[in-house]
Amino acid sequence: MSTVTPASTYACCVDDIPRGEGRSIILDGRRIAIFRAGGGWYAIDAACPHRGGPLADGIVCDRAVICPLHDRRFDLDTGAALTAGDPVATYAVEIRGDRVYVTLGAAQWPAA
Amino acid sequence: MTPGIVIVGGGIAGQAVCEALRERDRDVAITLVCGERAAPYDRVRLSEILVSGENSETLRLRPTEWYADNGVDLLVGRSVTWIDADRRVLGIDDTDELAFAQLVIATGSQPLMPPIPGIGLDGVHPFRDPADCDAIRLAAASGIERAAVVGGGLLGLEAARGIAAQGCAVTVVHLLDRLMERQLDAGASSLLAPALAGLDIDVEFDRNTQQIIGPDRAHGLRFTDGSELLADLVVVSIGIRPESELARTMGIVCDRGIIVDDAMRTSLPGVLAVGECAQHRGIVYGLVAPIYDQARVAAQTLISGAGAGGVSADAAALYLGSVPSAKLKVAGIDLVCAGESGGDMEAVVTDAATNMYRKLSVRNGRVIGTVLLGDTRGSEALVAAVRSGEPIDDPLQALADASLSGPADLPDTAQICDCNGVCKGALIAAVIDGGCATPREVMAVTRAGTGCGSCRPAVKEIVAAATGGLNDEPAYLCPCRKQTRKSLAEQIRADGLRSVSDVANACATGRACGACKPALAYLVSEVCANQHREERDARFINDRVHANIQHDGTFSVVPRMYGGVTTPDELRRIADVADKYEVPMVKVTGGQRLDLLGVKKQDLPAIWRELGMPSGHAYAKAVRTVKTCVGTDFCRFGLGDSVGLGIEMEKLWEGLHTPHKVKSGVSGCPRNCAEATVKDIGCVAVEGGWQVRAGGAAGGNVREADILATVETRGDALRVATTFLQFYRENADYKERTYDFIPRVGLEKVREIVLGEESGAALRERLRIAKAATQDPWLERDEPYHPRQFDDLDEPDPEPALVGPPAGAEL
Repeated sequence: MSTVTPASTYACCVDDIPRGEGRSIILDGRRIAIFRAGGGWYAIDAACPHRGGPLADGIVCDRAVICPLHDRRFDLDTGAALTAGDPVATYAVEIRGDRVYVTLGAAQWPAA
Repeated sequence: MTPGIVIVGGGIAGQAVCEALRERDRDVAITLVCGERAAPYDRVRLSEILVSGENSETLRLRPTEWYADNGVDLLVGRSVTWIDADRRVLGIDDTDELAFAQLVIATGSQPLMPPIPGIGLDGVHPFRDPADCDAIRLAAASGIERAAVVGGGLLGLEAARGIAAQGCAVTVVHLLDRLMERQLDAGASSLLAPALAGLDIDVEFDRNTQQIIGPDRAHGLRFTDGSELLADLVVVSIGIRPESELARTMGIVCDRGIIVDDAMRTSLPGVLAVGECAQHRGIVYGLVAPIYDQARVAAQTLISGAGAGGVSADAAALYLGSVPSAKLKVAGIDLVCAGESGGDMEAVVTDAATNMYRKLSVRNGRVIGTVLLGDTRGSEALVAAVRSGEPIDDPLQALADASLSGPADLPDTAQICDCNGVCKGALIAAVIDGGCATPREVMAVTRAGTGCGSCRPAVKEIVAAATGGLNDEPAYLCPCRKQTRKSLAEQIRADGLRSVSDVANACATGRACGACKPALAYLVSEVCANQHREERDARFINDRVHANIQHDGTFSVVPRMYGGVTTPDELRRIADVADKYEVPMVKVTGGQRLDLLGVKKQDLPAIWRELGMPSGHAYAKAVRTVKTCVGTDFCRFGLGDSVGLGIEMEKLWEGLHTPHKVKSGVSGCPRNCAEATVKDIGCVAVEGGWQVRAGGAAGGNVREADILATVETRGDALRVATTFLQFYRENADYKERTYDFIPRVGLEKVREIVLGEESGAALRERLRIAKAATQDPWLERDEPYHPRQFDDLDEPDPEPALVGPPAGAEL
């Protein structure tokens, strides 16, 4: 069993999120969407940069999410906008046993 | 920073110059100064907002990031207060100074307000910007008895339409004896007034407004002949006044507008003018299309250095004037006109009974103008002929030919989008060379259809022809893997696949982009007759929580009321729920149901429990409502029991998912109060039986439903309608409505299978099996598919204590 780095924050248990779906959570005052996708666990900002749509409610595939409001699509790994418009910030996720931890300190943005 | 180009005025013209510049030069510094509080928006479409009440934000020409991405310094809500042409410096809000190398004046125009008594009263508005739009809409919807629009030009008529759409009586008063006199001849104008009357817009001619009746606020108009019109809202739309004040203070030569030459240069070196503030060869253009032509020339002048006068203007980049063309954006009236309204030879086809008028004007053997009212078929070809001054022998034949031609028949040089000057060839290039597959992609790349929007149907038709002709690609269910509904259905059957993940494992569908997962989920459920393994991650959020997501992430709840019939007890429960959960809006829907809007996701299960009513499926691609009239129950005209049949249909079909939503209706007589003839499936009682229809539409397009059969009994009607439903369920592409499905398959083929004895019986049997496996999704209130089905996590729960070695034991 390894230890959790101090920078990561406990978010939820693995079973709190159904397979292939996302849920939003407020961590440290920020609303983050956590996804249990085909390609692994991901965390991004919860609001779609287009019109604020709830990305946690989006359809998820291996490593992308589609905003339920206007179908904007984002790469879960990099946060890059795959359709149009602005990207979203991403956060590192660690799974320790049945716990999900998010590293909030360093939001990542896709390379321009 | 070296001084660059400053554009004064952030209207359509300023934005157009900005874009035309960036297309030609990625590096030159550009500053766009917008006097209005909003970033550049599409003023032409204000009349749409007036009708719909949508937020004016939707008119934005470009999102904020576009300016950053394109290196344009956008100043919003800032005014240029002075310009020192010698020092090449201008003042912004008297506080900041900005140096420029070249300047473009695009200050547009102001609405012309006649200096008559009462013009300044409350309740008198111009129609120029979003604030006017809001004020007019609010006043029109406030329950006043009548509104008046002064001026029967294009904008005045659009304003009147917007007012009428709020349910307010409106009268257009016009100075002359014919409407839109700049564009229309007497013949078309005389048919336009009755067409407007059909939209509850009255028109009075020869009315010279002398005074607006006060005294506290506007109460009406008084005309020079002494007559009066009572109106509590007055919209003035009599014309525009070019905004040339800034230019005049700089000593630039002005007449009505700022005088420009063919390179869009004013009398002062290095200063150009574009748009409604400019006067070119004596003409001030008040329409949108010429602005784009002018902007392109201005950009060329600026980039070539000709603007400063050092180089002679490039002959290729001269503006020689525009052929004016206009489309009236009034729903219910089709009107397109271009060029002159008369010539030395004219061909006219007209039908007063239907307010149809088509005219082609010719001078010296060339097409110089067209007016198309009520029937605008072939307008793209005719307007193109006017623009190019096409030689013509037989204008009557040309009119007839045009009515048979669609946009797909046009030459590549024909301009389709007048706003952005996009030719048909550019649309096709976007498909063939640019790899665009959908009208939306083509519009994003070419900007066609992003101005006033009136060319969108033509763009769609051209793109459809271009993509269809390219390789006859079928409609893919999964475009990433190029798999069709048919090929996937075969594989599901052959391999006994039972879930979306089975299909993904077998053929890799739905994994790359995920967009097709809901389509796959439907297909699996349909092929397996609802005995599939449900995987909610493949479903759109609406089908995960059985409610319809709204723009703010809340949901709407529509309980089922069979046939639109309810009871006092149900109404009480709905009212109690609305009170208890502080539902922000309770609305009667078009399908005769009650919609609770603005519900929080986590409240859904409790609300369903307290309603004690089944799901209305208003969120799903499924059988929605069956709208009914009261039929023989109470109506004195009823021929058939529409309520009874409607309830029977709804109970038999309830819970069945479909490729797209299915809205139905049953009318008890041909008066058709339930609008059954524009439903996906509709039944109409007629003398001696029932008409069963399908494929109707009353959305963006209106389509009368095709008659599948006329049958004798209510039981027969239910049988035919049900058989069609299953045929649609099994054969339509995902997201293909019945009104697209039937024309694609062909009505005869549909009838053959649906009405065939054996084929019909087989369809009904499969529907029965599928129906038997459905259950009310709202029962998941007690048996959720996951403990967190309706919950977000919000604040994290306290971290559970570790089991095993104490925390930190391994540090």
